[in-house]
Order: sequence, then structure tokens, then C-alpha cells
Amino acid sequence: MNGDFDWGTVREAFPQLLDGFWTTLLATVFGILVAAVLGLAIAIAGRAPTRLVTVPVKAVMEFIRSTPLLVQLVGAATLFTSVEPLTVGIVVLGIHYATYTSEVYRAGIDAVPKGQWEACRALSLTPRRTWQAVILPQAVRNVVPALGNYAISMFKETPYLAVITVHEMVYQARDYGTDNFRFTEVFTLAGLIFLVASYPTSLLMRKLEKRLGH
Amino acid sequence: MNDFFSAFADDLPQLRSGLWVTLEATVLGALLALFLSFVLGLMSLSRLMLSRGVSRVVVEFFRGTSLYVQLFWLYYAMPSLTGYDLDPLFCGVLAFGLNYGAYGAEVVRGAVNSVPRGQYEAAIALNMSPAHRMRKVILPQAWVQMIPSFTNLLIQLLKCTPLLWLISAADLMTAIEKLRSRTGETLTAYLTLLVCYFVLAYALTLLMNLLERSAKRRLGLATGGRSLLKSRSAVPAARTTGGAG
Repeated sequence: MNGDFDWGTVREAFPQLLDGFWTTLLATVFGILVAAVLGLAIAIAGRAPTRLVTVPVKAVMEFIRSTPLLVQLVGAATLFTSVEPLTVGIVVLGIHYATYTSEVYRAGIDAVPKGQWEACRALSLTPRRTWQAVILPQAVRNVVPALGNYAISMFKETPYLAVITVHEMVYQARDYGTDNFRFTEVFTLAGLIFLVASYPTSLLMRKLEKRLGH
Repeated sequence: MNDFFSAFADDLPQLRSGLWVTLEATVLGALLALFLSFVLGLMSLSRLMLSRGVSRVVVEFFRGTSLYVQLFWLYYAMPSLTGYDLDPLFCGVLAFGLNYGAYGAEVVRGAVNSVPRGQYEAAIALNMSPAHRMRKVILPQAWVQMIPSFTNLLIQLLKCTPLLWLISAADLMTAIEKLRSRTGETLTAYLTLLVCYFVLAYALTLLMNLLERSAKRRLGLATGGRSLLKSRSAVPAARTTGGAG
């Protein structure tokens, strides 16, 4: 087979991979948005006063969190064939990561001093006002860096979407590889693009975490 | 529904061997990852700049490039570079071990750093050699702190094993996927598969809880029986950039 590493191939395949990179980025951004919103909803539901709500929520969450994303993706894509793969991918990624982000929110909400809840009760604010005006603004500030970290790890799991035929970066790499019998170059390039995109973001998140005093 | 389960019963031998491949990849991958975690983690604590640098580069490389890409690189690119075809299971174990070893190194580093300074000073005052100090004083205490994070990583690793299906290793997913295409029972098949993984994950969690209890007991820390059944926390104990992925 082709023994050496061919730089010409790298140059030639780069535009196609970059094309897929935008889909990768799109899936990450929308995926983390779904996870951020759904995670908050789960965290609030987990604090419901009745066990009728909290126990099932916890059970479903534990189940989703302990089972493979790939199986969830492939399963959802096979069941909902009429929906666009990218949409299925974003929703499944979002739901999977929501089970993680909800714990982040939970920790963030727990970190709000108890006195704040008591003050709200003393002012006889409704539960809705309490969450909206007092608790969430304080909790959300604490969770931003952790959400960023999950976004980075989601970014590195987007290649799974290639399996359900979303034309993201790795899909493009495989596509180019099979057309030209050149896998070494394209997979190396794809790996490097992941590294170049995720490492600086990780550093940024670490700085942000320090600034917010974690 | 009944179709699926009668086919399930017929295919039991294949399913058992698929389960075995999945478990093999998980356990061997985890052992390699554990070994690398300690090597890279202790290297990053060294006083030598070279050793710290090497560890940093390796860790960032394997955390920064996606596991999926690493696995495919080993499976598709390695053969064309070297001329050797690698066994899919071997590729899987290598990729899982390297990737999770990099995440584990940060866990080891964080745990060793969190052992109180006084313990080091006391060990020095007792005239212990650095190796003796590490083995007898620092690591037993750090180990207790590492276990919850290692449990998280182990479950993450288990959750990556369906990737083996893509490089045509005959794992559990492959076996059930075959059943699905034969019976056409998509929902039942995937739910069965998810339940299998959930049971495996919970069994591994319980084992790790046992390990944590025995490690705590050796330090003379009290543990209640209830802690054995607790599930994992989603937020890693040692905050590492990027999370496991």
C-alpha cells in the first residue's frame, strides 16, 4: 500500500475537511444550547417538592448517562428516518449532555447561600419570582465555565455523527479517504484540526474558571 | 416483540461472545489507561522539566484529538503506514487506553497534589526515601481520592466500546445490530442494548464502590453500607479541562 505520508494530499483534502468542520461546529453550538436549556429544566425538576417528580427524573437521567451515546444516536436515527440526521444528532447530543449539565446546575444552585431562599420567603416572592430574580442569576454565573468544558468534550464527540450520515469533518475525511485510498493523511489532519480548535478553548476555560474563583 | 426475543434466545452464543469482546476491550483498555495514568501523572509531578514537558505534551495530545479519530487512525492509517494490519480489538484497547490514560493522568496529578503538605513533611522528618514516601504515605491517601474519578472514566470508557462495531470487531453492539436487521425490531433491539450497557455500567460502579470502601478502610476512615449502592456523580471530582470525551 502507500507507504509514505503525502503532503500534497493534505493540501488537497483540507478544503473538504474544513467544509465538514463548520457542520461539526454547528452541531456543537446547537448541541450545547439544547444541553444548557434542558439541563437547567432537569435541575429545577430535580428540586421539585414531591418524589413523584424527582425519582423518575433521576432514574431516566441515570439511565441516559450510563448508556453509550453511539447507541442512542444510531437508535434515534433508525427510528426517526424522516427527520434530518443533523437535527437528530443535535437533539440526541443535547439530551445526552443535559444529564451532565444538570448536575452542574445542581451544584451551582446548591452554592447559592440558604439565606437567599429565606429572604425570598420573607419577602413572600412567588416560586417563579424566586427562581427568576434571585436564585438563577446567581447560580448561572457559576456554571458558565463548566458548561464550556462540556462544550469542548461534546465537540470531540461530534465524529459519532458521521455514523448517522451527518456530513461533519470525520465524515468528509472518510469520504475523501475512500475516494483516494488515502486514510493516513486525512485522519491525521482531522485529529490536528480537533487539537488546534480544542486546546486553546480549554486554556481559555481554565482561565475563566480561575477568574470566577473555582 | 416476541420475534426479537426468540431470535435473542437462538443467538445466545453470539451474544455471549459479543459481550465478552465488549468486556475484554473495557477491562484491558482500563488497565492500560490505569498504567498510563500513573506513569504520566507521576511524570507531571517530577522536578525535571523534561519529564514534566513530555507528560504535558502526551496528555494534551491524546485529550485534544478526538478518541474517534485516534481509533480510526490506528485502524485505517496505521496499516497503510507500516504495512501491518492491526486486530480491531487491539486497536480498540490501544486507543481507549491512550485516550483515557491521558484523562487519568490529570486525576492522579490532582489527587497527589491534594494530599496535605504536612504528610510530606512528616515523611521527610521520618527520613523516608522519596520512593518509600510515595508508596507508603502519599499514594494510599491519594488513591482514595482518585477512585471516584476513575469510576467516572471507567464508565466513559465502557460507553465508548460500541465504537468497536465501526471497526468490525464482533462486540455486543455488532451482535445485537445483527439481530435487529434480521428481525426488524428496531426499538426493542436498541432498548435491549441500552439496558445491557446500563447493567454493565452499574455493575462496574458497584465494584468500584467496593474498591473505594476497602481503600478507605485501610486509611481507617469510616464508611457506611449505604455508600456502596450510590451512583456516580456526573461532575468529575478533579475538574479537568474538557471533561472526558
